Amino acid sequence: MEFIQENIEFIYFIIFCVFIGIEIIANVPAILHTPLMSGANAISGVIMIGAIIMMFEIPEDNYVLLGLGGIAVFLGALNISGGFFVTGRMLKMFNSKSKTK
Amino acid sequence: MNAIVEVGYLLATVSFLGGLKFMSSPKKAKTGNLIAAFGMILAVICTFLAVTDTPIPIPNLIIVLVAIAIGTLLGRRMAYKVEMTAMPQLVSLFNATGGACAMLLGIVEANQLLTGSGSLGTQILLLLGLLTGAIATTGSIVAYRKLSGKTKDNRSALVVFGSRILLVLLLLLLIVYFTAIITMPFSVFCYLIAAVSLMYGVLFVLPIGGADMPVVISLLNSITGIATAFAGFVYGNKAMIAGGIFVGAAGILLTLLMCKAMNRSLLKVLAGKFKKSKNTGEEEEQIVKSVSIAETAVQLSFANKIAIVPGYGLAVAQGQHLCGQLQKMLQERGTQVDFIIHPVAGRMPGHMNVLLAEANIDYDHLKEMNEVNDDMAHYEVVLIIGANDVVNPAAENNADSPIYGMPIIKAYASKQVVVMKRGMSTGYAGVSNDLFAMDNCSLLFGDAKESLQEIVNQLKLI
Repeated sequence: MEFIQENIEFIYFIIFCVFIGIEIIANVPAILHTPLMSGANAISGVIMIGAIIMMFEIPEDNYVLLGLGGIAVFLGALNISGGFFVTGRMLKMFNSKSKTK
Repeated sequence: MNAIVEVGYLLATVSFLGGLKFMSSPKKAKTGNLIAAFGMILAVICTFLAVTDTPIPIPNLIIVLVAIAIGTLLGRRMAYKVEMTAMPQLVSLFNATGGACAMLLGIVEANQLLTGSGSLGTQILLLLGLLTGAIATTGSIVAYRKLSGKTKDNRSALVVFGSRILLVLLLLLLIVYFTAIITMPFSVFCYLIAAVSLMYGVLFVLPIGGADMPVVISLLNSITGIATAFAGFVYGNKAMIAGGIFVGAAGILLTLLMCKAMNRSLLKVLAGKFKKSKNTGEEEEQIVKSVSIAETAVQLSFANKIAIVPGYGLAVAQGQHLCGQLQKMLQERGTQVDFIIHPVAGRMPGHMNVLLAEANIDYDHLKEMNEVNDDMAHYEVVLIIGANDVVNPAAENNADSPIYGMPIIKAYASKQVVVMKRGMSTGYAGVSNDLFAMDNCSLLFGDAKESLQEIVNQLKLI
């Protein structure tokens, strides 16, 4: 209970986000399902900033945690860059055609 | 400084939102991707700015920068190197990395909390992030392996039973820990949860079959988003929460959309089950007509309006470029060639659209099933390439069929149907297809790519 009270602002925030998230992609045409999913996948790579914040808090002599954290940052970066580049590549194919027309 | 960071995060959040919004319209999608990417860069920069108040240990900073550099370059390389047909696997793989990041974050943070400074709420959030991240990781890896054909579906009772046991075990562990029946250090508990979740991820995806992959991939994507949101909550970082929740909500919506397109509930898909098929008993010998490549080519050359229904088989045979070539040749003769795409054709939401886009097929000619189903009779020839269940009339008229009720492309209503098939095997649902025995349907046996190539060659001569 206390926890909810303390974080009530965040809870409101989350509920709004859920509805906005659903609303914003309702009516998406099937042609864009893959790029949308892939783009969303890239956005979920925002987890990397959590990993960065965490890395700065790890004591510099704790090599195990630093290693794990480093891997986490690496994986996050991979997710972000791979996700956006692959989405871009897919969308480029869609766009080039409308130009040739 | 703090104000700048806050504004930066706010802008990043808005960019994610705008990016997603733009990505749901074909014309603006590319801009949307750029906006979202911009938001991401902004969020990362803000994260660096936010910590400048306290001195950052140099080794940590170096590790972070190096990790980002390697990750970014490798991601870019992978994204550019991949074959378009391998796209579903890659998206799945990237999803696994996101999940793994969330999981590692949970583990490391749990060790940081060893001193017991974390409140109960933080502990729960960390655990949930860890759990969802771990499931998404192994789940996506299994999905990746299945899509690239390295792992086969496993629907044995052991797997299904095992996944349920693990789920119960997870719940039990959580109850036991939080009611303090057994006390153990939080970090040890986290390892336990991580291990069980990782195993659960494997068993959870293992029984789910090929055609249901779009649903699973989209669901796993959504789970990673949720894991991100949990982690964001731990850090009180709104950009992370918003990003995670948007992805989570959008993913769930897409998942349900896919399920609706198959007329199956999400639970049934996850159970890896179809309605008990009565088909096995009544498997009559179907009388089918086969047709030669030359005949098909002639039919195509005389038709004015043609539809092509692509399916997963086209992706396997990598015949998309030949489809494009065929369309172009026929268009030059004044024939209208449309592609009709079923929402769940292929192994990823929108798989066929991407595949055909790669072959430079104009998306004005890509039709959704609902647009054309009512005037299928106008199509003189419907060429079905590597699709099966999505054109099976049993979904409409055979209440006993496992796929009964699934919306289908009414190919049977056209004047002439030509089905390109390797052999008489059934589709993913394991149902025989009544379409094949219909009067207006003939079968063209052989590899889709070779047949298409032959048709193209023959058409040149006609």
